[in-house]
Amino acid sequence: MSDAPTDLRYTKSHEWIRDNGDGTVTVGITDHAQEALGDIVFVEIPDQGREVDAEEACAVVESVKAASDIYSPLAGEVIESNALLNDSPEAINNSPYDEGWIFRLAPNDMTALAGLLDASTYQQVVEDET
Amino acid sequence: MGLRTPLFSEHERLGARIVPFGGWDMPLHYGSQIEEHHAVRRAAGMFDVSHMRPVDIEGPDALPFLRHLLANDAAKLTAPGKALYTCMLNPQGGVVDDLILYFRGPERYRAVVNAGTAEKDIAWMQAQAEGRQLNIQSRDDLAMIAVQGPDARARIEPLLPDGLRVSAMQVEPFFAAEDAHWFVGRTGYTGEDGFEIMLPSADAVTLWRALLAAEVRPCGLGARDTLRLEAGMNLYGQDMDETIGPLDAGLGWTIAWHPDERDFVGREALTARRDHLERRDFVGLLLTGRGVLRPHQSVLADGRVVGEVTSGGFSPTLERSIAFARVEAGTPDDCAVDIRGKPVNARIVKPPFVRHGRILVDL
Repeated sequence: MSDAPTDLRYTKSHEWIRDNGDGTVTVGITDHAQEALGDIVFVEIPDQGREVDAEEACAVVESVKAASDIYSPLAGEVIESNALLNDSPEAINNSPYDEGWIFRLAPNDMTALAGLLDASTYQQVVEDET
Repeated sequence: MGLRTPLFSEHERLGARIVPFGGWDMPLHYGSQIEEHHAVRRAAGMFDVSHMRPVDIEGPDALPFLRHLLANDAAKLTAPGKALYTCMLNPQGGVVDDLILYFRGPERYRAVVNAGTAEKDIAWMQAQAEGRQLNIQSRDDLAMIAVQGPDARARIEPLLPDGLRVSAMQVEPFFAAEDAHWFVGRTGYTGEDGFEIMLPSADAVTLWRALLAAEVRPCGLGARDTLRLEAGMNLYGQDMDETIGPLDAGLGWTIAWHPDERDFVGREALTARRDHLERRDFVGLLLTGRGVLRPHQSVLADGRVVGEVTSGGFSPTLERSIAFARVEAGTPDDCAVDIRGKPVNARIVKPPFVRHGRILVDL
């Protein structure tokens, strides 16, 4: 069973969302997602300042196997992208919830965060898929 | 659920990620595709290729039949054990399948065909064989393990049956040795030295476990694909198929045009294609910008589409993305590939990219 920390929120498309407590969130892909993708070799990170809609594709993670779109879980502004991924895309494989984060977002509406999946619901989504 | 090889439970035991492939449930990787790739380039790796199908073709008409069936000339095979890579064409000059043909002795040949096309291939062979004196036997009773890499030879030697060890170790590249039950070809799909071992299915698990104990790393289809791409080897269904013939897939060298009077299936169409004015080139691409090349991406030059990527991916040895592409003849070496709507710089290079662990293209 892949790891899904209980202090995070999730999407059905396998992003995780951490509330940074300062009106921003951090977004990455889940342990389950990185495992399914296999060795990650390239990440296209979103530009700082980009305005994104909820469920808009805004990053691309390429594994040896395939390219996968990463969707913004909430509408808002991208305030930072993880530059580490330019040189070390494998950080997503090694540390999906910490070093392998993808971007930080200032959501237009922080209350929308509560509408995303909690860890146990997400685990159910994963089980139903496999 | 797909078909399963005799080694399926071994793959599960090793924690393989299993994926459907050509009707079979096969291991994609056992944890890290990239580490498996490096193991083959630097030491030794093994692949369960039991999904591929050996087909024995025997009888008085075997040679004339094969000379008609295949675009390369089976008459080139005169030394026992010698192997030949060839395409089997349809009358339109498209590729029914690509295969390796081994010569086992007068009137005795063994072809090894792709997993996903095996049933189609055998039906095609049988249709072409009508009225001839020969027997076509699909060898579903055999398992197949490929051991590849610079250390493959040393690791495999102690594990071969006594009656085969000496002859298998003396076998030249692209030849095979055999005894009553085992067949060992010095062939492969990685650009490294190595052996492809066909053996009775009942013996497969024992050999697999012995290779594991000899520190030969199990490798999945993922590493097989990146290794063959680096080695400049085509993949059926991506680089060529029933509509894309050998001249458009970089396989012109496998066509035996001489002697002129040899009438093989597809010859007329191929000859017309050869003399056609709008030839396309089959080239290697090295991505100089950032990203990963994938099949069906467009190749761009002077702002217009001049071709298409057929096979592409990340090269673990080069740590860059590489590909094969079909482009208009005369495409400049400095070109670009459309990756998700953005042109990314690429350069045309001559495959193979890697052979015997060495990088052969300028980065």
